[in-house]
Amino acid sequence: MREVSRGTLVIDVERCKGCELCIPACPPGVLTMSEQGNKMGYLYPELSPGCTGCTACQQVCPDFVFEVYKYKKAVPTSIDNPETT
Amino acid sequence: MSFVETTRPPSAEATKIADFKPSLLQTEEHHLCPGCGESVAIRLVLEVIEELGLAQKNVCVIGHGCYGSFVQIMDVDCTLCLHGRAPAVSTGIKRMRPEVAVWTLQGDGDMTSEGLAEILHATARGEDITCILVNNGVFGDTGGQMTASTVVGQRTKNTLDGRDPDYHGYPIVIGDMVASMQGSAYVARGSVHNAASIAKTKRLIRTGFERQLERQGLSLVEILTMCPTGWFVPTADGADYLMESLGKTYPLGVIKDITKQAEPAD
Repeated sequence: MREVSRGTLVIDVERCKGCELCIPACPPGVLTMSEQGNKMGYLYPELSPGCTGCTACQQVCPDFVFEVYKYKKAVPTSIDNPETT
Repeated sequence: MSFVETTRPPSAEATKIADFKPSLLQTEEHHLCPGCGESVAIRLVLEVIEELGLAQKNVCVIGHGCYGSFVQIMDVDCTLCLHGRAPAVSTGIKRMRPEVAVWTLQGDGDMTSEGLAEILHATARGEDITCILVNNGVFGDTGGQMTASTVVGQRTKNTLDGRDPDYHGYPIVIGDMVASMQGSAYVARGSVHNAASIAKTKRLIRTGFERQLERQGLSLVEILTMCPTGWFVPTADGADYLMESLGKTYPLGVIKDITKQAEPAD
C-alpha cells in the first residue's frame, strides 16, 4: 500500500452502472468493485488509500460518477487517518 | 481492508481538479447502457466547445442513434434531423448563420449506412462544418445490427457467425473516403478505450473545430466507441474488444490535415 494519498474522489455510487472501466484505468490500482450493489443493483467502485488524483477514472467513466480532488498536502494512509473509514 | 470516505468532499484542504460533468451538460444522468463510450465522446466535444468559447454560438445537428437522448440534457442549441441527413441540415444552418460553429453528431449507422451520400456531398461542397462520428460498428439504438462500418469477422445481431466478406461485403472506411476528397480540411480518428486515447481524442476534436473556425473546409473526427450491449461482450471487456476488432481496420491518428503534410497514424 502506498504511504500517502495525494488526491481523493467523491463517488456518486447511485448513478454508477457497474461497467468496471475505471478499475483497469486507475494507474495506482486503488479502485476495487464493491461486494454489495447500489439501489439499482449494480456493483460500484470503492477507493482504497493511495489515490494520486490523476483523474484517469473521471476521464474513462461513461456515467460521470467521479469528482476528483487534489490534497494541498499529501495525507498519510495510516489507519487513524480521518479520511478512511 | 479500509476504504476512503467518498460520499462527501474531503475534510483536509484540497482543490477540486475534475468535476463530475462538463458545465454544458445539465445533469449527469443519461439513458445510455453500462460501458457505453458515446457519453465520453460527447463529454469531450462539450469540453472543447466550452474551451473554445463557443458555448453561446454553436449549433449541434444530431442524427439518429443512442446519442439522441443527449438532446434533452445538453445545454447547447440542438436540432434533430432525419436519418443520416445531419450534414445536409447543417449545410443550411451554416450558410444562413456563418458566424456560428455547426457540428453534427452521428453514429456509424447514421453516417455510413443511412446517410453516406449526405456526408460525401457535404465534403465535396467543402462546407465549413465539423462532423463528429461515433463509430462502434453496430446499430446500437436498435439492438446491435450490422452497419456498413462493421468490420470483417465482427459478430452482430444479423451476422451471428461474424461478418463474412463473401456474403456481407467489406466495411466502408468513411474517414479515408472523406480524406481523399478535396473539400475536406481535417480528418482524424480517435478512440475512447483508455484515458490516454481520450486525452488524444480531445485534441483531435479541438483541431477539427479550429479548422472550421478558420473556414478551411469540412472536418471529420471519427471516434471509436464501445458498445458492449450491441457486441454481446461483458462491459469490462469492451475496451479491449474495441481495439481487437474495430481498432485493426480503423487505425488511430490524423488522416488528413490541410494545414500540414499528412501525419503517419500513431
